[in-house]
Amino acid sequence: MSDAPFLSLEKLTLAYGDTVAVKDLDLSIRKGELVAFLGPSGCGKTTTMRSIAGLLSPASGAIKLDGADITRVSANKRSVGLVFQSYALFPHLTVFENVAFGLRLKKLPAAEIESRVTAGLKSVGLSNFSARKPGELSGGQQQRVALARSMVMEPKVLLLDEPLSNLDARLRLEMRTELQRVQKETGVTMIFVTHDQGEALSLADRIVVMLNGAIEQIGTPEDIYNRPISRFVADFVGFENIFAVEGGKLKAGNGPIDLSGSLPPDTAGLAWRPRMVTLGSGPFQGTVRGASFSGSTREYLLDTPLGAIKAEEDAALAARETGSAIAFDLPVEKAARLKKFG
Amino acid sequence: MTPRIFTPLVLFLVIGFLIGPFFIIVAASLSGGETLAFPPQGFSLKWVAKVFTVESFQESFAISMLLAIGGTAAALVLGVPASYALSRYKLPFGETIRTIVSLPIIVPGIIVGLALLRYIVVPFGLNITLTLFLAHTALVLPYAVRVVSASLNNLRSDIEEAAVLLGSSRAGAFFRVVMPNIRSGILAAFILGFVTSFNQVPVSLFLSGPGVRTLPIDMLSYMEITYDPSVAALSALLAFMSIGIVFLAERFLGFSRYV
Ligand SMILES: Nc1ncnc2c1ncn2[C@@H]1O[C@H](COP(=O)(O)OP(=O)(O)OP(=O)(O)O)[C@@H](O)[C@H]1O
Ligand SMILES: [Mg+2]
Repeated sequence: MSDAPFLSLEKLTLAYGDTVAVKDLDLSIRKGELVAFLGPSGCGKTTTMRSIAGLLSPASGAIKLDGADITRVSANKRSVGLVFQSYALFPHLTVFENVAFGLRLKKLPAAEIESRVTAGLKSVGLSNFSARKPGELSGGQQQRVALARSMVMEPKVLLLDEPLSNLDARLRLEMRTELQRVQKETGVTMIFVTHDQGEALSLADRIVVMLNGAIEQIGTPEDIYNRPISRFVADFVGFENIFAVEGGKLKAGNGPIDLSGSLPPDTAGLAWRPRMVTLGSGPFQGTVRGASFSGSTREYLLDTPLGAIKAEEDAALAARETGSAIAFDLPVEKAARLKKFG
Repeated sequence: MTPRIFTPLVLFLVIGFLIGPFFIIVAASLSGGETLAFPPQGFSLKWVAKVFTVESFQESFAISMLLAIGGTAAALVLGVPASYALSRYKLPFGETIRTIVSLPIIVPGIIVGLALLRYIVVPFGLNITLTLFLAHTALVLPYAVRVVSASLNNLRSDIEEAAVLLGSSRAGAFFRVVMPNIRSGILAAFILGFVTSFNQVPVSLFLSGPGVRTLPIDMLSYMEITYDPSVAALSALLAFMSIGIVFLAERFLGFSRYV
């Protein structure tokens, strides 16, 4: 993996007629990287992918791939593969012919086509299905055919639009490993779209969190999970106690609250996961409003002058009674510091 | 009358009314008598045999066949790309185009025939055969567009994009992945168009001149002069031909899905 950008999007703006779907997007991806686009529905993930593939031409900005400006290169000459969410297999062709489709267009010798398709089908575990039609395959199998069809083309970048969303939980896990293995084996640069933070965290080298057609945060899974920089990302990855900070003071229900530790001046907010809240001691007082047991932990909902607080404790500890008063702390050193709150 | 009797009675009458004439025609064509009559007098196959000896029938059959095959083929050549454009692109006036294309179904054939005769053939001296061909193409076009559109709408459009990303041009994608998947729709449209054109009377009536007649028009004029059962025999043969075509289409294409 070299440090020079392999694929870069520069000030990319994408629009459908007058509706701007993605605005001024800057992103660069290294060769061999596995990147996840994560974000809520309608934030522009598919739109961005389609423009990288060449199916949508940008209103402004540039796309560069492997040292060349491909902004105006047509989709069939880009060496970018796209696995569609709906698979988009050709219903009239067998599995073998689906995978061979692009190779035949390249006019490769028949023997080479044969061997590449066979290898491609083998790598997704579908060697025995080459004579079937797509209609005779399960969803997961169709998806793997679509993957093989793109992979045999040896694209410079492989894009996958929600590759796992149509699968049941077990298959999803299986395909996750599959994708990771294929990516590691071939070293192909890969971008995949997902709604699911767990999927992004476990698969990606880097995660791009998008919101309303712009990038909210880019970082490693650790960055995103532990150091979200905005309220949106914090909320998205499970920080449930989020407060704005103004002038070094926490903005809470009953007015500003002084914090013990010191904060960098650009702190716009602080966020704590339920398990970061200290229960039983601390400067704040609250009442237990409800509790729920989830196997290894117990989660409490507290009524406090700061507003509702969610806290979590090891289930091995004694349960706290609903209605009882409790002291607690929000330790500043554990909190995620948000630079953007809004 | 109770519904218990009433319902089957209505059903029986409707079916009898719809297919009764067909049986009458078949029976009349097997008559041994000299005039078209029902019930038939005696039994013979001579009128069926006579159909094949009437020269004008042979000529008009050839013309009708040519019109039906040529007109339908032309309608498909226009209709398939039109349906494709209408279903895949947001065309300005797309709805208007759809309506205009369907007009020949709505406007009575008599009016179309008269209009073509009065405003095209007479003032411009346009060749009758050519006019007939154009008229039949226009008549079949709505069926072609409707049937082909139906099968295009059942086909996801992302397979074309997939083909493009695998290196195909847009046009190549149409021929490689769209056409093969709407083939049965196109065949169904062809059969429907063929039957529509072959059985067409009102438009052809105005456009048939000396020497150029479609088979149904020829049969009408034959009957005005010779009132023998050979017309019934020919009708029965044509009906069997249509039934055969539709049966084959249903058997191999699931024709009724498209109509
Ligand atoms: N064909 C289109 N015409 C007009 N607007 C569109 C079109 N496709 C998408 N949009 C708009 O562009 C924005 C981004 O859509 P996009 O499909 O990229 O979202 P997404 O992040 O992929 O969402 P999802 O997770 O639901 O797939 C949305 O507001 C959507 O309404
Ligand atoms: Mg999407």
